[in-house]
Amino acid sequence: MSFPWAKQYEPKHPLMKWVDDRLPLPRFVYNAVGAGYPVPRNLNYFWNFGVLAGMFLAVQIVTGIVLAMHYAANAGIAFDSVEHIMRDVNAGWFLRYAHANGASMFLLVVYIHIARGLWYGSYKAPREMVWLLGVVIFLLMMATAFMGYVLPWGQMSFWGAQVITGFFSAIPGVGETIRVWLLGGFAPDNAALNRFFSLHYLLPFVIAGVVILHIWALHIPGSSNPTGVEVKSEQDTVPFHPYYTAKDGVGVGVALIVFAALIFFAPNLLGHPDNYIPANPLSTPAHIVPEWYFLPFYAILKSFTFDFLWIPAKLWGVLAMFASILLLFFLPWLDTSPVRSANYRPTYRIFLWVLLVDVIVLGYIGGASPTPSVILIGQLASTYYFAHFLLILPIVSMMERPRPLPNSITEAVLAGKGGTSPAQTALAAE
Amino acid sequence: MATLDEAVPPGEAHDAPADPRRRDYLSIGAVAFAGVGAGVVALPLINQMSPSADVLAQSTTELDVSAIQPGQSIKSTFRKQPLFVRNLTPKEIAEADAVPVSDLRDPETLAQRTKEGKANWLITLGVCTHLGCVPLGAGEGENKGPFGGYFCPCHGSAYDTAGRIRSGPAPSNLAVPDYEFISDTVVRVG
Amino acid sequence: MVRILGGLVGLGFVLALLLGIYDTVSNWIKTPPAATAEHEFHEHPRKAGFSFEGVLGKYDNRQLQRGLQVYKEVCAACHSLRLVSFRDLEAIGYSEGQVKTIAKGFQVPSINPETGEPATRDGLASDRFPLVYANDVAARAANNNAIPPDLSLMAKARHDGPNYIYSLLTGYKAQEGYKNEKGEELLKQFPDTKTPQGLHFNPYFATLNLAMAQPIKDGQVTYSDGTAATADNYAKDVAAFLMWSAEPKLGARKTAGLATLIFLVIFCFLAYGAKKQIWRGVKD
Repeated sequence: MSFPWAKQYEPKHPLMKWVDDRLPLPRFVYNAVGAGYPVPRNLNYFWNFGVLAGMFLAVQIVTGIVLAMHYAANAGIAFDSVEHIMRDVNAGWFLRYAHANGASMFLLVVYIHIARGLWYGSYKAPREMVWLLGVVIFLLMMATAFMGYVLPWGQMSFWGAQVITGFFSAIPGVGETIRVWLLGGFAPDNAALNRFFSLHYLLPFVIAGVVILHIWALHIPGSSNPTGVEVKSEQDTVPFHPYYTAKDGVGVGVALIVFAALIFFAPNLLGHPDNYIPANPLSTPAHIVPEWYFLPFYAILKSFTFDFLWIPAKLWGVLAMFASILLLFFLPWLDTSPVRSANYRPTYRIFLWVLLVDVIVLGYIGGASPTPSVILIGQLASTYYFAHFLLILPIVSMMERPRPLPNSITEAVLAGKGGTSPAQTALAAE
Repeated sequence: MATLDEAVPPGEAHDAPADPRRRDYLSIGAVAFAGVGAGVVALPLINQMSPSADVLAQSTTELDVSAIQPGQSIKSTFRKQPLFVRNLTPKEIAEADAVPVSDLRDPETLAQRTKEGKANWLITLGVCTHLGCVPLGAGEGENKGPFGGYFCPCHGSAYDTAGRIRSGPAPSNLAVPDYEFISDTVVRVG
Repeated sequence: MVRILGGLVGLGFVLALLLGIYDTVSNWIKTPPAATAEHEFHEHPRKAGFSFEGVLGKYDNRQLQRGLQVYKEVCAACHSLRLVSFRDLEAIGYSEGQVKTIAKGFQVPSINPETGEPATRDGLASDRFPLVYANDVAARAANNNAIPPDLSLMAKARHDGPNYIYSLLTGYKAQEGYKNEKGEELLKQFPDTKTPQGLHFNPYFATLNLAMAQPIKDGQVTYSDGTAATADNYAKDVAAFLMWSAEPKLGARKTAGLATLIFLVIFCFLAYGAKKQIWRGVKD
């Protein structure tokens, strides 16, 4: 690893030495998440969310594997097999509610993880690869979550599958062919359900693989930190274990409290009642919306209502929705400011706050009925979203005069400006 | 703390704790709690594989045996396993009773394997005690084996007219499930 | 290069959106959206005050048993409960023997053991509540072209389900002269929304008119436990019963949840204490 003062693994037990000599797995773990990984000493609790995302990925894989032991991916019985899990399988209701709400928790912590990356400039050199792999993980998660939502084969499952695959029919010429190929039919049915189940089982393991690459890429330069200043000496770091294992333990506890509150006391809060009605190809629910974590993107999709140039409104919407995620791939090169942390970027961080509000507004619009005022607000919010990343960010990063950076992490910490607590960060933003 | 920070690299600062016991207590407590929590969560993950409520609910079977003539048998199912119900002829009963119990691999008399006053009704699972194949002999015209009872085609275990193992690799007699006659002609198994 | 291309793409999206905004606003001015009767006159469910609400709320078995009685004597004529097994009724306080008796009261599909023709037999505890109609065509034919939905999950398939069921069952009103909370009269504001032939007016239903006629009236079901035989009680009891049929594990869920939360809160304190101790030599 990168820093010369990183501790070397010394097996305490002869057996561990025996293993380490033949397969240096203990050394690998020690250097990755043990005392052998020096981490900036000033990370605040927002740095918990990477570990939390990993934990919820594990929760989803474990609960998903056991649910697959009872679920039947057949359009005739899928709905009933889910109810079989809820009623007859031992602790089945717990496993299903944990999986359904685990998806929401996973997306929630990943959104916070992304927001942290945006604020502290974690995507900038030399960590571009960490960011790019993160966006890949995010895309895979969205695909997995969508296909998982189809599996219970309720009304929202069915019409979600219909609408999402409908995106592809916007592609000129070959769109309809692609849609029919994706579904294996002209409407969602057994063929679609089966392939979605197969892929829904596969993709989490792909995600786990990319997560390993994500962490590998992170360990080359080491973790970033709230000041955005690089580590200069041993004084700037503490070993990951026990310092950050202990700090992550607190975050894990708090996240599990939120998770448990959802599972046990509001298991259907984030779901939709219509998904307790079996899929009916002849009747669309009055108000169809995706799960909450897709709502901002759904709002962008709905905001394009005007045929512009030679591109019809439907294609604009689909292009914009995909572009709104894919533009994250270019973020490291759109933002040219040499300063990472928004704590030291007085202009940019105003726009970041506006972006945060903007995304929340888009989320609300995505779930609201399309009245003219809702459409108008959605269009304004979508405009800001694209303007922020593609116009404002490149310009601001060229014009802005950042505040003076501390010489080192230790200097910032001793001056009480290490940014270790989110509250401190908020104060720094004043 | 600032002075300490300037003097000692933070990585080593914790090596000089003021009161080591308190830290150990908290860390061990937190880790122990995490361990207990993981153990408790493992229970439903394991228990979900046990038979579910709908499977357990179908664990009794009622059978009308009035149509079975002496010398005939039927195959039914009990907990998704084959169930043999056989109406023994007096000759078959005599054959079974004639065998010295001490000669048997799994010593049991016919009377022990049937209900009192209903010695002609032999009700057993149709599952060979060797490795679980269905023995022949319950169906019309099937090979009843050298002892006139049942014969397992997989590995050659032969059962007599009381369903007892007489030759071949099977270790024990065909299992008799819990059952009772709820009327003269209706049996409830399970 | 990335920034120039990105800027052009960004300008494209922004221009398309700005044109869309112009379009939205001009349409809005030209044709202001008309209010709909569903929007102005649809009522949100009234609160029935159920025992199972809240963090520690539990089902009241006696209420559920009364609800089952209402279901059997009223709803079951048209609505199935196909996901619930008779054996499940042991959870609402019936003994094994009582469950068998209840099951016997239903005829379930079977085959004639002699001929193999379709037949029916008495229900067993392991059976589910049978379908009322063999298929959708039969259901439509018997109900003036409307399908009575299965009720197993009804309480979770509607927003605020138990209160919705309660409000709907007690919410039939004469459409003539019906006013909403603002005092506006429906037929004066929307003369076209007169309830069509064969439908029935009910402001708690999303489209204001539904195919089901008012199903319960005072005194229709005789309770044996002294509870007043009013339509309000029937609606409340059957709504509670349908919540149970949709979420039978609610009691176990809340008990387990409370234990889990207490455990996790203690864990959080321990983890925070451990973190404080480990970090005490380091200014962060």
